[in-house]
Amino acid sequence: MKVVLQNLTKVFPSRNKKANEEVIAVNDFTFEIPDGKLIGLLGPSGCGKSTTLYMISGLQKPTGGKIFFGEDDVTELATEKRGVGLVFQNYALYPHMTVKQNILFPLQNLKGKDKMSKNEMLERAHEAAKLVQIDELMDRKPSELSGGQQQRVAIARALVKMPRVLLLDEPLSNLDARLRLQTREEIRRIQRETGITTVFVTHDQEEAMSISDMIVVMKLGVLQQIGAPQDVYDDPTNLFVAKFLGTPPINVFEGKVQGGKVYIGDEAVLDVADVEDREVFIGIRPEGFVPDENGAMCCKMRSVEVMGRDVSVVSEHDGMVSPVIRSIINADSGIDATATTIRYSIKRHKIFLFDKQTEERIRFEV
Amino acid sequence: MVDSKQQWKAWLYLSPAIVLLLVFTVWPIINTIIMAFTEGYTALGNIGEQTFQFGIGNFTKVIFKFPDFKECLINTMILCFATVPISTFLALLIAVCLNSIKPLQRLLQTIFFLPYVTNSIAVGMVFAAMFNIVGTFLGSESQLVTSPGIVNYFIEISGLGNLIEWLLANYPNTISWLTTTYPISWINDGSTYMANMLVIIVYIVWNALPFKILILLGGLQSVNKQYYEAAKVDGTSRTRVFTNITIPLLSPMLAYVIITGFIGGFKEYSSIVGIFGESMGPPHDPYRLNTMVGLIYKELPLNQYGRVAAAALVLFAIIFVITMINLWVSKKKVHY
Repeated sequence: MKVVLQNLTKVFPSRNKKANEEVIAVNDFTFEIPDGKLIGLLGPSGCGKSTTLYMISGLQKPTGGKIFFGEDDVTELATEKRGVGLVFQNYALYPHMTVKQNILFPLQNLKGKDKMSKNEMLERAHEAAKLVQIDELMDRKPSELSGGQQQRVAIARALVKMPRVLLLDEPLSNLDARLRLQTREEIRRIQRETGITTVFVTHDQEEAMSISDMIVVMKLGVLQQIGAPQDVYDDPTNLFVAKFLGTPPINVFEGKVQGGKVYIGDEAVLDVADVEDREVFIGIRPEGFVPDENGAMCCKMRSVEVMGRDVSVVSEHDGMVSPVIRSIINADSGIDATATTIRYSIKRHKIFLFDKQTEERIRFEV
Repeated sequence: MVDSKQQWKAWLYLSPAIVLLLVFTVWPIINTIIMAFTEGYTALGNIGEQTFQFGIGNFTKVIFKFPDFKECLINTMILCFATVPISTFLALLIAVCLNSIKPLQRLLQTIFFLPYVTNSIAVGMVFAAMFNIVGTFLGSESQLVTSPGIVNYFIEISGLGNLIEWLLANYPNTISWLTTTYPISWINDGSTYMANMLVIIVYIVWNALPFKILILLGGLQSVNKQYYEAAKVDGTSRTRVFTNITIPLLSPMLAYVIITGFIGGFKEYSSIVGIFGESMGPPHDPYRLNTMVGLIYKELPLNQYGRVAAAALVLFAIIFVITMINLWVSKKKVHY
């Protein structure tokens, strides 16, 4: 089931009546979620990603705009009629029911022609439990489960009624690091097996990039960029997106374009014949630095962090905006950790220019 | 664990409370047990250096010889088993309603809590006034004017009065359990036992509501809203949400108000004094509505300390058993 958001807007009235400051949580969103894909809504806290999710679920009513499931306009449709499965951040498993009762609960709500016999329900519950691999825990109470197991129960409960769309709110935030890694693979697998269009919310860009078919980057209620994770990473539309994606984060410098060259300080690091003269921010991905004795950029060495396969060189430069420059370099390239300076040349497709005022991307011929 | 060198400090700080508790709580309890098991104990007995024998005579006297022990026990039981379910149910209803409204919630919460801070004897007098038939001589001395009380007035204007009058005229037996006269005599001369009971039950329920509402409302407000959102996403009907989510999540508070309700119910005394005064019943039948605690107070001035102590222990045993049953049931039904 494809999901289409059309000019979706959500305005929260001001808490303080005198100040009359409305909060625009979601501002004029238009995008389409293709059928059967896993989509990550990504952004820092307060960017409206959860609000968007809750509007898709129907728990919150949009102030403006429309939501379509396939061809059906569901904007005015009540939550329970939309056929969505929702997994809450803290799972919201009913604490007084066993795992089995929790999973059966949505099925027992069905009425009329959808009503199922007891055996059918049990069968469906078992299928769902098997899919998330908790079929051996059916008689436990949620309090007797680990965080990861509770998460699976919550997913099973959302899946058991075969929703048209599965929504997950920060599905991994309550899990420890190792479990997070494992569970995100699991979510990917479950989504592939069921083929249900799945939307999940996260503030962790690594999480979103690693499992999504498509990510939607948001900031302060405004949509920034949509695309496949790699495409967004390689081709950010503005400085925010460039900074938000990638670990270690992109290195940002102040500089200018003059006579077809990009200057950081007085070093001309790149030729860009097709950009007119202006003040710019320059973003360079950590993997964009190549140690080169004749390189244009000269940085002061601070330290070298060995990570095995790679080394991370921490250095400084007068033009930098970020606190340090971090570059990821192959461990074989023989970095001299005792040197005081290091010279880099820059990979052309790992460097991005942004307008100093608007922070929008300035494109040039790669 | 507190450092052992520091422990004496803890004991020091606790000692005023401990001494007071020992003198005024622990020793009286022990003394009550001793008195109850001492045959024929009277306070005066000590003077003649009379020795008493150990035995259970006081208990057998209380249970089999006290003239109104059975009556009092039945009265107490009726009050408990009528008022606790009614007040719990009403409190739940009101708490759920209060919880679901947004405007004026604080104000209404305060209004519903007011009875709790009102003196129960004073409330009893107001209730008595509402149910009382008051007579007064107006103008010439021979002209007696009576007011049947505000409750009877409401029965009259609601049309129920006509029904009762009609029943009294045609089928007096069908309503004789409640009244033989119209306007209904609730607490005055000629009032029936059931009419008296109804007044007491209404009064106790009204008096018990605020505390229960407070506890249940607190419980409702602490339920995580996401359970309701999750249920909504799954299309759960309102009744099912209430019976399958709200009630189980509220069960610890429900168990608490029911158990304390029963304990309070078995100690019921002041409400009857509040309405009927020390006679514990209507003028033509004093002590008709006496309770277990009332019985103990009634016997106290008669210098029968042994028996009174035994009666207190019997009451304790009953409360203990009822509470155990409550806890046993709640262990199965309550989700913590």
